[in-house]
Amino acid sequence: MAETAVESSNELQQEKKASKLAAISKFRELGLLAFIILLCIVVQIKNPSFMTLGNLTDMITNTAILSILALGMMLVLITRGIDLSIGATLALSGMLVAQTVSVYSGLHPLLAILMGIGIGTVCGVTIGFLVSKIGILPIIATLAMMNIFRGMTYTISDGQWISSYQMSESFVSIATSSILGINTLVFIAIIIYIIAFYFINHTRTGRQIYAVGSNPESAKVSGINQTKILVIVYSIMGGLAGLSGVLWVSKFASAQGDTASGFELTVIAACILGGVSIAGGSGKISGVILGAVLLGIMNNALPLMNVSPFWQSAIQGAIILFAVIVNALVKRGVDRNNLLRRKI
Amino acid sequence: MSDYVLELKGITKEFPGVRALDNVDFKLKPGQIHALMGENGAGKSTFIKVITGVHAPNEGEMFLNGERVEFSNPNDAQEKGIAAIYQHVTSYPDLSVTENIFMGHERIQKFTGRILWKEMHEEAKKILRSLGSSIDPKSEMGALSVAQQQIVEIAKAISTKAKIIIMDEPTAALTSRESEELYKITENLRDQGASIIFISHRFEDMYRLASQVTVLRDSKYIGSWGIEEISNEDLIIAMVGREINQVFPERKGEIGEKLLEVEGLGKAGYFADVSFTLHKGEILGLTGLVGAGRTEVCQSLFGIMPYDKGSIVLNGEKVKIQSPKEAIRLGIGYLPEDRQKQGLVLQWSIGRNISLSALSAIGNKGWLRDKKEFAIAKELAEKVHVKANSIFDLVSSLSGGNQQKVAVAKLLTAELDIIILDEPTKGVDVGAKSAIYEIINELASQGYGIIMISSEMPEVIGMSDRIAVMRAGRIVKILNRAIATQEAILEASMTDSTEKNAG
Repeated sequence: MAETAVESSNELQQEKKASKLAAISKFRELGLLAFIILLCIVVQIKNPSFMTLGNLTDMITNTAILSILALGMMLVLITRGIDLSIGATLALSGMLVAQTVSVYSGLHPLLAILMGIGIGTVCGVTIGFLVSKIGILPIIATLAMMNIFRGMTYTISDGQWISSYQMSESFVSIATSSILGINTLVFIAIIIYIIAFYFINHTRTGRQIYAVGSNPESAKVSGINQTKILVIVYSIMGGLAGLSGVLWVSKFASAQGDTASGFELTVIAACILGGVSIAGGSGKISGVILGAVLLGIMNNALPLMNVSPFWQSAIQGAIILFAVIVNALVKRGVDRNNLLRRKI
Repeated sequence: MSDYVLELKGITKEFPGVRALDNVDFKLKPGQIHALMGENGAGKSTFIKVITGVHAPNEGEMFLNGERVEFSNPNDAQEKGIAAIYQHVTSYPDLSVTENIFMGHERIQKFTGRILWKEMHEEAKKILRSLGSSIDPKSEMGALSVAQQQIVEIAKAISTKAKIIIMDEPTAALTSRESEELYKITENLRDQGASIIFISHRFEDMYRLASQVTVLRDSKYIGSWGIEEISNEDLIIAMVGREINQVFPERKGEIGEKLLEVEGLGKAGYFADVSFTLHKGEILGLTGLVGAGRTEVCQSLFGIMPYDKGSIVLNGEKVKIQSPKEAIRLGIGYLPEDRQKQGLVLQWSIGRNISLSALSAIGNKGWLRDKKEFAIAKELAEKVHVKANSIFDLVSSLSGGNQQKVAVAKLLTAELDIIILDEPTKGVDVGAKSAIYEIINELASQGYGIIMISSEMPEVIGMSDRIAVMRAGRIVKILNRAIATQEAILEASMTDSTEKNAG
């Protein structure tokens, strides 16, 4: 009897420790938030112009596109995939829409946006098909499509830029106008986040995305259609990239062959900072917002603090590394605890 | 109305190259706990997957309450009230307990398709309480212990209103106290009218719960008995009752001095208290059910998975092995089970594969000396009788048995005293098997000490000088060749014996 008492008190201790670790992983977002607030305070002390309304609006507007893309990337990462093509999809959609606008200057901005979403969705469906039906690894399929989309962008533009004077005023004003007092870009991002929150947390399809990434084998046993889920996920990603193309061109008032080149990596970085696991299965909207915001703040704040631009990306890299290491340590602790609880 | 809730007749399932089920019959009475038993690879898991609609049988019929049914996917079976709790908990570690319970049959609002979280959380809580568990339905599945996850899986089966519940080795990872709780839950389910198929390797599970037992062996149906009708011995015979008609090559050479002494080796969560000795020229068979910790022990000896308790004495010297490199330096070689993944580079030639782990020996200031490399490779390839035109043939062009020989030759480039073979004849045809046996014998007669992990009983008995049987992370018995029988081994690996090993 004494033995079982010792055993159960041991078990109790281990359980307590495990729940503590679980709590840490749960409050990861809070940690990130704390870090962001801390960063803001430090920056504010160094440069009081940081917390001005003008600068904050600027910063949020600049983060809008990144956060839209990060949302789509989160879904892709949750299914254990990755999408390297979004920068190129964005450029292609931006270029096609800009060309259209430069010819039909009367095109309604809303139609331009829908057109961008349509182009992006077609790109996304193609990738979804390659990944799910043909079974090409996501990193390979999207790498190939990245080059194809980028090549198409250069071809249709003939290497030429489309500049702001070729675009209609109404088109350029997408990025500068505001709805209900909120900048249109930010407004669109908020709408998308609300829809996504509902979709991810309150519909079966949304939850199945997590199931497929968390345990594909078991998803099969539960009768989940993985092909469908993958196509949906890459289509959403494509659609969001297409939308971002329109917003990007409008914001920077130019469409170029190399628009957003390499931006996919920034998007992936935002996801990882926000706690999305590359191994699939986990990631939260709140985390992704924070991840995108953190990157946005760093882009804005480091120059304000007179940090040399050469150092900026190195600092960003170090912060990503730090976040991932903390994550790995917590996970290792949880796994080890689970092993210790097995009795042999 | 039929007497049986579930009846399967003449079920045959073929996978490319193997017949996983061969004309299997099965009958389940309402309100019965029915044990399904058999050795590793007897076909139990495949059989379950046929019932749950994961695999469609090639032949045979299935009846539910006397009505013929055909399942094309797991959803069909679920709708008919069949639920399975699989051997390896098939949960979603990143999702909440509630979601794990309701995955595939979520409560949703009609028209909008919105998930009714509140209702689901409450329902989940209710089911968990009814199972006597206090798990919070909102907690993350991955943070629970194996026993708790098991309970969630049972809750899942209940939530589908399943009438037939299949449990595939649910107690394998549980402590005895946790098992006892599971027994009670299982009995409650039965009393509430569910019929249960219970797969287990533990006799105590079967005697505690089941009223009927059906035995499968080598993919075939052997028989079905009431639990009082059959004795322990007869059951074991039913499970292993094949005759050993394969001839094993004669052994030459003598068993020499003590080579290795392992004392109280342990690794948290995998194995504990493992002690044995190995002599020069001896073949030590290491057997037990899959998951008993055999591979883990050997990987610890080889430094892949460093042990955290116990000691290893090698040639009279106490050593600490922390990495494969150290193990090789000390003269221990390991041939992994999955040679395609861990042992060989299939796209390379035989010669380059053999020399791969000895490159520093045949290199000169960073340059490889081709002539020396090929000479060594050729010599070793001949030593183990690899059948190929030349050592420049690609390994991928060889048969499984010949690939295995190349893997052995690769080991021999290092100066070894001890060779660990993990399932050396797995996936190899009969002819190649005896060739591999001859090589193993030859190595033993040259004075190597050999540890051979194997699940195939005839092979273990035919080849080994002594046989160590593992069960749930411990060595439960060490048998001499003279007294080793299939029955004795199976009994040791399945029964909860308190006997300490005397090896």
